[in-house]
Amino acid sequence: MSDPAVAVRHATKRFDDVLAVDDVSFEVAHGSTVALLGGNGAGKTTTIAMLLGLLLPTRGEIEIFGVDMIRERYRVLPRMNFSSPYVDLPKRLTVAENLRVYGQLYGVRRLGARLREVAEALDIGALLKRRYGELSSGQKTRVTLAKALLNEPELLLLDEPTASLDPDTADWVRSYLERYRDRSGATLLLASHNMTEVERMCDQVLMMRAGRLVDRGTPQELLERYGRKNMEEVFIDIARERLAPAARAAGRGRK
Amino acid sequence: MKAVQAAAPRFGSLRRIGALVLRHLYLLRGSWPRVLELMYWPTVQMILWGFITIFLVGNSSWVAQASGVLISAVLLWDVLFRGQLGVSLVFLEELWSRNLGQLFVSPLRPWELVAALVTMSLIRTLIGVGGAALVAIPLFDYSVFDIGLPLIAFFVNLIVMGWSIGLLVSGLVLRHGLGAEGLAWFVVFALQPVTGVYYPIDILPEWLQSVAFFLPSSHVFTGMRAVLFEQVFRADLLLNAVVLNVAYLAAGIAIFLYYFRVARIRGQLLHVGE
Repeated sequence: MSDPAVAVRHATKRFDDVLAVDDVSFEVAHGSTVALLGGNGAGKTTTIAMLLGLLLPTRGEIEIFGVDMIRERYRVLPRMNFSSPYVDLPKRLTVAENLRVYGQLYGVRRLGARLREVAEALDIGALLKRRYGELSSGQKTRVTLAKALLNEPELLLLDEPTASLDPDTADWVRSYLERYRDRSGATLLLASHNMTEVERMCDQVLMMRAGRLVDRGTPQELLERYGRKNMEEVFIDIARERLAPAARAAGRGRK
Repeated sequence: MKAVQAAAPRFGSLRRIGALVLRHLYLLRGSWPRVLELMYWPTVQMILWGFITIFLVGNSSWVAQASGVLISAVLLWDVLFRGQLGVSLVFLEELWSRNLGQLFVSPLRPWELVAALVTMSLIRTLIGVGGAALVAIPLFDYSVFDIGLPLIAFFVNLIVMGWSIGLLVSGLVLRHGLGAEGLAWFVVFALQPVTGVYYPIDILPEWLQSVAFFLPSSHVFTGMRAVLFEQVFRADLLLNAVVLNVAYLAAGIAIFLYYFRVARIRGQLLHVGE
């Protein structure tokens, strides 16, 4: 893979006695959609936080668009964005105020026009004057997504983008993200527990367990490797340490 | 780079500082109780000390020499307190709304956050203490603005000292979590007895006078009394306060940035406030 959008080399994060991420290396190609999968505590959120520059790795290197995220993250942050249902926007500000503040933080040009564009695309025009804290989960997800798309990011990191959404809203969000990716050529990296979402959206899957990257491949490759019908069964196999022989061998080789 | 994206400025951006200030102005605009709260305590304190002044003018020759000394003292003390509180509360607001994670995945730099915090502190202090100072004019026939140009020097030194303590408190809250937020309300009061707000430093025990020397505020309040009692502006005291404040502010910023880096190592930017 040449000139990847994301390159992670031997990233390790230790919190006191806990090894949250253990020597993880991977690359993400431009324009691809990659899922970071694993059970609770597998190290997905820690990995995403390191990619965003919110967390300094104990060891290893992270490059985004060829820029060293540990030392020069301000060069690349304007080209990225992030959305998570677990990271709020200020609740007492209206949706329009929040988007204006973040638009200005990202240095979005022609902000007024861009706000109208994003509001229309995500169908949040009717919410603009309402306080963020008064919105339902589905509405908040659309607003945080609007915030994440304000600067038309070339790399969008999503932490469980459809968590706590009803199936209809979740499907709408996935369709929107697919359209955005296809239209803009952006790279998407998402952590998810929803295997239907992963099968539908992702070109590549990175499987994590106990802080380690234990397997990877396209959804189809993983289904074949584990002899399963769907990604949910693959997920359970990996979570319960029933790794495919090739992944086990790779794990042994690393020790 | 896309058409909507601006190039990242090399060192920092006034626009991003402005964005963060705007975020807190929206908060003030959307809540009149917040604006009222800014003026409430400075005004109540000023009224209390105004009546004490009326009483003491007939019973104390010291106060009678300069009847505005206590009102000026309480208003200037509030510049220090509100300056500190402004920085700490605006920072706490980001923690309460769990907004730090969103802020720092944007191109916002830590020093830009510091600049926004002190700007908001200035705005909040001007509203709070300025309001109380204006109320004192009709109520007690006393205008702190009669101090003239030295008032600007006193104001600047006290608010800068407040910012330094506010940044220290914000750093400690970032490091130890919201359990430490109480520091924002009481830490500055530990300095009040030593700083000579309402009485000359000379009455303190000698060892405490040495402590007071290292507080910029004690030089300001001594200078204030020199202006009010002797109509003399003491440039030497101002210089002491300025030199100390440069050191205080540098230490405040350095400590805050240090704890910010620690937060990036410990993963607190995503989780603090939860």
